Amino acid sequence: MLVSIKWLQEYVDTQGLAPADLGEKITRSGIEVDAVIDRSHGMTNVVVGYVKECVKHPEADKLSICQVDVGGETDQIICGAPNIAAGQKVIVARPGATLPGDIKIKKAKLRGEESNGMICSLQELGIESKLVPKAYAEGIYVLPEEAETGSDVITNFDLDDTVLELGLTPNRADAMSMIGVAYEVGAILSEDVKLPEISYTEAADSASSLLTLNIDAPDANPLYVAKVVRNVEVKESPMWLQQRLMAAGVRPHNNIVDVTNYVLMEYGQPLHAFDYDSLKTGNITVRHAKEGEMITTLDNAERKLSAHNLVITNGEEPVALAGVMGGANSEVSASTTTIVIESAYFASGSIRQTSKDHNLRSDASSRYEKGVDPNRVIPAAERAASLIAELSGGEVLSGSVMFDALDKEEKIVTVSPDFINARLGMKISFEEMMRILKRLKFNTEAINGQLVISVPTRRQDIQIEEDVVEEIARLHGYDEIPATLPEMETTPGGLTPYQHKRRIVRNYLEGAGLLQAITYSLTSSKSAQQFALAKTEMTRLLMPMSEERSTLRQSLLPHLLESVSFNTARRSDSVALYETGAVFLKTDGELLDEEEHLAVAMTGLWLDNAWQGEKKSVDFFVLKGIVEGLAAKLGVALEFERGQMDGLHPGRTAYIIKDGNRIGVIGQLHPSEQAARNLKDTIVLEMNLAVLLNAEPEALLYTPVPRYPSMSRDVALVLSKIVEAGSIENTIRNAGGKLLKQVRVFDLYEGDNMEEGKKSVAFSLTYFDPEKTLTDEEVTRVHEKVLSALKDAGAELRS
Amino acid sequence: MEAQLHVLKTEALEKIAASENVKELNGVRVAYLGKKGPITDLLKGMGKLPAEERPKMGALVNVVREEVTASLEERMALLEEQAINEKLQSETIDVTLPGRPVQTGNAHPLTRVVEEIEDLFISMGYEIAEGPEVEKDYYNFEALNLPKGHPARDMQDSFYITEDILLRTHTSPVQARTMEAKGGEPIKIICPGKVYRRDNDDATHSHQFTQIEGLVIGEDIRMSDLKGTLSVFAKKMFGDEREIRLRPSFFPFTEPSVEMDISCFKCGGSGCNVCKKTGWLEILGAGMVHPNVLEMAGYDSKRLTGFAFGMGPERIAMLKYGVEDIRHFYTNDVRFLSQFQRTEV
Ligand SMILES: [Zn+2]
Repeated sequence: MLVSIKWLQEYVDTQGLAPADLGEKITRSGIEVDAVIDRSHGMTNVVVGYVKECVKHPEADKLSICQVDVGGETDQIICGAPNIAAGQKVIVARPGATLPGDIKIKKAKLRGEESNGMICSLQELGIESKLVPKAYAEGIYVLPEEAETGSDVITNFDLDDTVLELGLTPNRADAMSMIGVAYEVGAILSEDVKLPEISYTEAADSASSLLTLNIDAPDANPLYVAKVVRNVEVKESPMWLQQRLMAAGVRPHNNIVDVTNYVLMEYGQPLHAFDYDSLKTGNITVRHAKEGEMITTLDNAERKLSAHNLVITNGEEPVALAGVMGGANSEVSASTTTIVIESAYFASGSIRQTSKDHNLRSDASSRYEKGVDPNRVIPAAERAASLIAELSGGEVLSGSVMFDALDKEEKIVTVSPDFINARLGMKISFEEMMRILKRLKFNTEAINGQLVISVPTRRQDIQIEEDVVEEIARLHGYDEIPATLPEMETTPGGLTPYQHKRRIVRNYLEGAGLLQAITYSLTSSKSAQQFALAKTEMTRLLMPMSEERSTLRQSLLPHLLESVSFNTARRSDSVALYETGAVFLKTDGELLDEEEHLAVAMTGLWLDNAWQGEKKSVDFFVLKGIVEGLAAKLGVALEFERGQMDGLHPGRTAYIIKDGNRIGVIGQLHPSEQAARNLKDTIVLEMNLAVLLNAEPEALLYTPVPRYPSMSRDVALVLSKIVEAGSIENTIRNAGGKLLKQVRVFDLYEGDNMEEGKKSVAFSLTYFDPEKTLTDEEVTRVHEKVLSALKDAGAELRS
Repeated sequence: MEAQLHVLKTEALEKIAASENVKELNGVRVAYLGKKGPITDLLKGMGKLPAEERPKMGALVNVVREEVTASLEERMALLEEQAINEKLQSETIDVTLPGRPVQTGNAHPLTRVVEEIEDLFISMGYEIAEGPEVEKDYYNFEALNLPKGHPARDMQDSFYITEDILLRTHTSPVQARTMEAKGGEPIKIICPGKVYRRDNDDATHSHQFTQIEGLVIGEDIRMSDLKGTLSVFAKKMFGDEREIRLRPSFFPFTEPSVEMDISCFKCGGSGCNVCKKTGWLEILGAGMVHPNVLEMAGYDSKRLTGFAFGMGPERIAMLKYGVEDIRHFYTNDVRFLSQFQRTEV
């Protein structure tokens, strides 16, 4: 909502406050002032000029040489506008003038001809193009004949004004009008509000002699008023009206349409003017549209209607989309002589639906959607009739054509002062509360110590006691509220074990060298399931903004890998990222199964100690080590077994198993996947983190520190290449029994000296007895068992 | 013989002094004091002397031997020290070369902000509540006093999956769920999480972002309690000198509703480019829980009241760290992320 302060002052005294100070007061009281706009934009030295003579420039087709009376003297000014002509009153920026954008006007020579200033368009005065009347959109603005030559344009045409731009929250529909804002300012400043005076002379003929009315949808349209004005002259509105509309962000059209818009801005009540003769039938019928019925609206769009759209018809065909936009077939034009002014109350739900169906929002529909004041529908019609009579020379037919079934009663809200103070934690006196309610112009009676408030219908947001609490508090001042802390039973607070472990996981991964990434949950249907551990039916948005963000992800890796590619494309060659977040799986339930996952993606160097010559690229085992460490940290047992997944290297992929269930996958990207993503060797992990976080580890009990020494034996084995170290380790553990404390791979050799298809793996075995020092013989006895088990398993002992 | 002894002594002391290293000096020791050395020879030859001269000469030889030994030991100590010094010298390193890097990562700046806020409220006795990101329309809107067709639904254009299921537009449904689950009991929770709105991504908008909300419900919770709580939050989060200011606002789920500003932490309130010359920064929205919201969740709104507040970690991180574009939080540029390594405490 754009509020011209000059206009506002018609209704309320702003006590001479500077616009910025007034804006600050409004903001602090509840309606945010987003901007304070100086309409003069610092302009100086701009006057009304009279074009005495206008001839073509001999050297340039598009330029005219004008002799302009600027009040007492005549200056030659060159003008490039196509619509310049002798006899016009125009806006002249004189030499030395400043225009918006800090443009300075100087004397100049154009193609050899002197030019003493500039004849201006409205755009050059800082008015947005979309607000300039269409007739002047491409050229200079032509002032009415009565404009006084030489007078100051800035003051004469109300450009010495400031506009407050209000950012209205949906509850404050009352402030979508100048009068509404005046009530708010009046409450803030303790000032009265002065309403416009309505007076016109009625013709002897009555409106009902020309017009009949049928309301077929009284629920959606409980109040309809029509006034008829005849013998109107459709022409340009006077300057003051045009300026006020432009200040309010509305483009002037003609005096009839401008008055309906003016009253809309003034009262917040949408109005529409029909050309009576175009209606043809002398009838207005409000009904729901027939399915498939067509209307061409004022924006020249042809619209197909459905049964829940409310339409105004002439008894036969639609002439307006009720409360949203008029129809082209009944539009007021230059030849119009008789008009019908419509002022109506339409139910907000109906208007919202129509507005949504046709993706069409107007100043009218946005007000109806939020609810207009039932008590302003009739006064707004009267106000429009009086202004149109005044500006168009028309005569208003007596009476109105009206249907009225609308409840216009004020709502009574009863609230006790104690309730207000208890909610606020304050001690505001009863008298102060009464004073505030008076400033709001809420009629209030004190009955048995209670405040019995008749809430004006303009304030539809005041429904319950708490709403009154807010009104009292905001006008008393939020700064007055003391700062206390809740008085309630103290609670320990804290994280759940799950949340606590999630932080442990993050800290561990960060300590291990990974940076935390956060990516989007919405992705394309193409990548929603890539690297998914379990694929379910995809979940798509009803109306995605793009295919890229259309589907909920079932794995974290695709976006995490996009982040890695983003980095490597920017010459960050070594990237190690992790992310924890939900993946979204379909279930039989109403909602989705949101499974918390952990993903890791690593590429480039893992260790880079440049000057000491140590470099190590990331590989499968770097990430596996991180996962193993994580499992150890959480006290969870994980196993790894050879696995397969699309997009991963078939020989370098493992499933992560917990309690026999696959909970994750770890591997190197498939070379073709790497190429497609412009990546070098990249190691990835996708794992169900929730399973890890939900696992309850055993209680931590210390084992006594060994009192007796342990003994180590090494064994080097020649194995077939396809035999996995893990299976050999199991063989060793099974044979070693309880004296075998530790088995560790300490060497792997697959080099040239090995027989084809063989590899050498060396294990270090540690034997230990917590009860005594083991003898060499005791160790040998067990170790022999291990060796024979290894031989049985096909391992060849290496000497 | 005495003269011979004197020559020997002079000769030995000269050689000791001339020795340049431990090895050479040991050679001198063996040559003069060893079993085959001249002093031993002299002692052996004493038998040839007259008996009355023997004690005198014996004493004289011993004196010479002790003198030589002492000189030798002194020289030995010196040479050993020299040797150690030389070794240390040769082992000297350039201490200005960089240390072996310890590979460490760090949390995302949004996590950092969220955890800081969580911890702050945990210390005041709050619990952390979480809930689904894909929500029922009921919990996201209806239970929060936003029935279908409510004008405020326009404020947050949403991503629907079906007519009744959508990506949550705020973390408030977690409050609604918690209230329903608590069955009328007091509540003190913080709800962090991802939320989604139909916005085109640009420098100040993101279709996915983070929210953190708080809810307190108890007997006679007052608006002054909200103000006090937010004041503690502002001082702990942004510094002890921070002032707060409440402005009336509107949220369908609270009444009265407020926006909270804090005095600008960059300029202290005198006005700068961060606070757009106003001296104040808008940080969060809050209010007293609307009685409809309490009643819908089964609370007796006459007996139990509450307050709620909500803020955007993106905005806080942008203000705190001077980040100018919200998209930085979601592109995961390591040159951006790795800047949030160090502590500010
Ligand atoms: Zn500042």
